[in-house]
Amino acid sequence: MIPASFDYVRPSSIAEAVQAVGSAGEDAKVLAGGQSLLPVLRLRMSYPDTLIDLGGIAELRGVREDADAIVIGSMTTHDEVTRHPLIKQYAPLLAQATETVGDRQVRHLGTFGGSLSHADPAGDLPTVALTLDAQLHVEGPNGSRVIAAKDFFLDYLTTALEPGEILTAIRIPKLGEGWSSHYEKFNRVAQAWSIVSVAAVVRRDNGAIAESKIGLTNMGSTPLRASAVEGALVGAVVSPEAIGEASSHAAEGTNAPSDLSGRADYRNHLAKVLTKRAVLAAAHR
Amino acid sequence: MTAVDDRATAASSADGGPRMEVGNARRRKEDAHLLTGRTTWTDNMTLPGMLHLAILRSPMAHAKITRIDASEAKSRPGVIAVFTGQDFAETQGDIPCAWPVTADMVNPGHPSLAVTQVNHVGEAVAVIVARDKAAAQDALEAVDIDYEQLPAVLDMEAALAEGADLVHPNTTSNKSYTWVFESGAAGTGQPIDDVLNAAEVTLKRRFIQQRLIPAFMEPRSTVVQPVGEGFTMWSSTQVPHILRTMLALTVGVPEHKVRVIAPDVGGGFGGKLQVTPEEVICALVARKLGKSVKYTESRSESVMSAHHGRDQIQDITITARRDGTVTGLDVHLLANMGAYLRLVSPGIPVLGAFMFNSIYKFDAYRFTCDGVFTTKTPTDAYRGAGRPEATFAIERIMDELAAELDMDPMELRRKNWIRHEEFPFTTVSGMTYDSGNYEAATDKALSLLGWDELIAEQARRRASKDPVQLGLGISTFTEMCGLAPSRVLGALSYVAGGWENAAIRVLATGKVEVITGVSGHGQGHETAWSQIVADQLGVPFEDIEVIHGDTQSAPKGMDTYGSRSLVVGGIAVVKAAEKVVEKARAIAAHMLEANPDDLDFAGGNFSVKGSPGNSKSIQDVAFATFTAHDLPDGIEPSIDSDATFDPANFSFPHGTHLCAIEVDTETGRATIRKYVCVDDIGEVINPLIVEGQVHGGLAQGIAQALYEEAVYDAEGNLTTGSFVDYLVPSAADLPSFITDRTVSASTTNPLGVKGVGEAGTIASTPAVVNAVVNALRPYGVNDIQMPCTPERIWRALSEGAEKSSPAAAGTVAHGGASTSSSDGSDAAEGGRL
Ligand SMILES: Cc1cc2nc3c(=O)[nH]c(=O)nc-3n(C[C@H](O)[C@H](O)[C@H](O)COP(=O)(O)OP(=O)(O)OC[C@H]3O[C@@H](n4cnc5c(N)ncnc54)[C@H](O)[C@@H]3O)c2cc1C
Repeated sequence: MIPASFDYVRPSSIAEAVQAVGSAGEDAKVLAGGQSLLPVLRLRMSYPDTLIDLGGIAELRGVREDADAIVIGSMTTHDEVTRHPLIKQYAPLLAQATETVGDRQVRHLGTFGGSLSHADPAGDLPTVALTLDAQLHVEGPNGSRVIAAKDFFLDYLTTALEPGEILTAIRIPKLGEGWSSHYEKFNRVAQAWSIVSVAAVVRRDNGAIAESKIGLTNMGSTPLRASAVEGALVGAVVSPEAIGEASSHAAEGTNAPSDLSGRADYRNHLAKVLTKRAVLAAAHR
Repeated sequence: MTAVDDRATAASSADGGPRMEVGNARRRKEDAHLLTGRTTWTDNMTLPGMLHLAILRSPMAHAKITRIDASEAKSRPGVIAVFTGQDFAETQGDIPCAWPVTADMVNPGHPSLAVTQVNHVGEAVAVIVARDKAAAQDALEAVDIDYEQLPAVLDMEAALAEGADLVHPNTTSNKSYTWVFESGAAGTGQPIDDVLNAAEVTLKRRFIQQRLIPAFMEPRSTVVQPVGEGFTMWSSTQVPHILRTMLALTVGVPEHKVRVIAPDVGGGFGGKLQVTPEEVICALVARKLGKSVKYTESRSESVMSAHHGRDQIQDITITARRDGTVTGLDVHLLANMGAYLRLVSPGIPVLGAFMFNSIYKFDAYRFTCDGVFTTKTPTDAYRGAGRPEATFAIERIMDELAAELDMDPMELRRKNWIRHEEFPFTTVSGMTYDSGNYEAATDKALSLLGWDELIAEQARRRASKDPVQLGLGISTFTEMCGLAPSRVLGALSYVAGGWENAAIRVLATGKVEVITGVSGHGQGHETAWSQIVADQLGVPFEDIEVIHGDTQSAPKGMDTYGSRSLVVGGIAVVKAAEKVVEKARAIAAHMLEANPDDLDFAGGNFSVKGSPGNSKSIQDVAFATFTAHDLPDGIEPSIDSDATFDPANFSFPHGTHLCAIEVDTETGRATIRKYVCVDDIGEVINPLIVEGQVHGGLAQGIAQALYEEAVYDAEGNLTTGSFVDYLVPSAADLPSFITDRTVSASTTNPLGVKGVGEAGTIASTPAVVNAVVNALRPYGVNDIQMPCTPERIWRALSEGAEKSSPAAAGTVAHGGASTSSSDGSDAAEGGRL
């Protein structure tokens, strides 16, 4: 299918982009890598009259170090994320999860910012952002603001971005000494979306888990933190039994969907199994 | 591993004779132009003044069309015309069904554009004609249609029940036909009822062949140019010749005024063995407007409108003696035709009728098939067409019988299969298998797999209650290839023959053109035919051009499907080459001043027996024939020849496929650890091409076992409407296959070949499912419905003990004809984007 016709704008700075979004009005859409937006347009499930392509804005791209954090431009592609040394060093969870996104073609076009803005609960990167306590930098008609990942994902395909706002950068605290991470993805074929996935970031102390952050993909209408597991893991010995016990809380407070790739009870079960695996793998890194 | 060599491996064979091309792993001639895009896909075609079509499709599974208002669409910019079924009601005819399997088969008719009623989601209801494709698609939403919804008819058993809603108002039931074969009546074995009644052991099972989507790489595309009283059609089809004849009959243009061209075609797998509504619509519109038109479908349209495959409920009864000797096989199928009968829809399950008994010796056999109408996309040929379904059922139930008798499943097979010294062997379904050696293929496969070590590992994992269990699955299969002996097709009520044609032209410069009636669409015909002709005529591989896929330049043929191209079309090439040599011999004899009978022909040279120095090459003869200055009296100045070959029998490739699979009992995921196949496809023309066919076939067969399923919701919407939900595995999801061969040359054709296009697909599905079930048998699981998704496996494990009780024998979580995914997971709306 061919999308309905639209106007196309390609600004070259953030300021120009904000301006362009503002003047295009209600029916404008920001275009990043197009890996989610273009299918929507081609299936004619959306009819924006203007597309504002962020592809020409150099300042939205790249990764830099900023004190105790790394800052990733929203237009940094998945492929760049998987290969960037700063990300490998300070946010290996993000590199690992991003490598599972789609296929090579998708990763060369799709962007980190686009993935977060799209906010598909089956997407892997919103979970990573939530688990790593990312800060999302936003620029809009009323200036800039920072939104914590936990406040960003509101519902299925819905974020805290106000009309006219653009996600510009994602700030991720560096993973501290003693921390390690793992992303356990469960899908049916290599290019498929997660049925359920689990992000685990843990700090070990003396053979036990001292602290952890556990994120769940596709267990509700937004990415979720498995806070019951995080609580239960405190002090848990790194053994299959103890971790398994703590992981049995993984489905608490979730609202898993039922669809072609799994009914809710199966997802609840998977969440527990995969949490155990993710935590054990993280703890053994 | 296959060695690849672009050149012939040696200038001459070991015995000093001429080098042979057949058997070389030549890289495919056609790949360079396909890969670099120097090629013609139908959608690349542009003709002067060409208009573009967009087709409006039914959003309803079953509804009456009460009103169509196209006035707004007609006024849209760039729109030239809008047509509905009413506009073509008198001229469009019906999509032809060439296989009325029984005399009383009900065919309710199949308009290309729905006129008064739609019977499946995706059915064409209107066509927009515009100056460009975007304008045509923009106008689709401006067509206003009122539907009066009718109840969807989705479940085959419900569709056959008394008082069921009818799919078609002009029928009295949803049954199209019942086709029966019974060995007592046919004289090919004992009466089935006697054997069933006397059985020591009886096992009944129900298997579900889920609906599949052929998923060829290139979506279907058609261009039509009106020419004089007729037209030329370029179409992404497997069957240009059948299409030409059928189009002539359907739209009423004399056959000699219709030319059909299948340019490069990006795969078909049976999905382009069809006369499609879209092709007919293009022809109708082009003729009505006197303009060239093009239509190319989107993937979304393709998955809901191009025909689907499989979709059967199989009730299988097998009887045996307590010692494991099988005695009777009783098969009852419900075959989902979908909403309409297309080209060979009713015949597809019937093609399986001769294969359920497979390689085993039964005393009696019965096959009954009911063709059923539902409000789903029509079904038709898909790689294997009837034979994968049959092979699955017999190989699955042999494993179940082994479990029932507490026998080793391979021992059970050995006890019952046709031993190699028994060939030729006429089976209980009346087929005569010419050659084969099941023992040899099986022994080779077992050692390649390392069966004994894996069995030991399985025992260890079972004993230690390892969360990852190991399963071993067997499929010792055969199939019938080379569709088909015309007489057999006639006996099966097919309306055409199964012969194939080839012609060879030797040009003035000694170059050779081979014209073939089979229409390759990815198989490598150009390479394989060049290898055959290089040996037959002794000319270089590079000097041969293969011409196909155009009813004007390759006028006679029956096209490519059913693993027939080499076994029927390749033999026609050999026969044509033999005629060329005989014609050339007479002229060479004249040039050498010898008697034709005194000439040897080898390596492209005619030489006088006993004096090899005294010779003329076939190129010399061709030039002499071209100048025609000095030919013997009464000899025509041509060595060109053609031949039409009708096989006397099918060919029967066979093989042993073994699968070792790891099943994660915590998540339910099944992961193939090792896959071995030893195929016996007779002689091999090009091992590289064979390897490609086997790999692709395995991928598709494994896909049925583990990944693919077309699912409809309760309203009859196809919920697996994109590749987000219809999961086609890629190389990343498949193991590295271990392939090998044994060779029992076919005795029914001069090349000794058997066909390989469908073998991998037919054999692999049961090997994989048997492996999954084998892994889980200690958990009380005795079946998993395909595809064996992690969720289904997990559920089977959770419910295993209960499900394995005899009363529940049959499929786990069986959902009948699956109005929803049979797990009830019908909640999916749309997909991920
Ligand atoms: C075949 C395939 C497989 C995939 N598999 C996976 C997978 O396994 N896991 C996974 O996580 N994802 C997967 N994806 C999605 C992929 O990650 C997309 O790239 C991502 O969801 C969207 O990023 P994009 O840059 O392409 O954004 P676009 O498609 O361009 O935009 C998506 C949405 O976000 C908005 N948007 C984009 N950028 C901004 C911005 N800076 N500020 C404000 N709004 C913005 C757009 O307006 C649009 O609404 C897959 C995609 C495909 C095509």
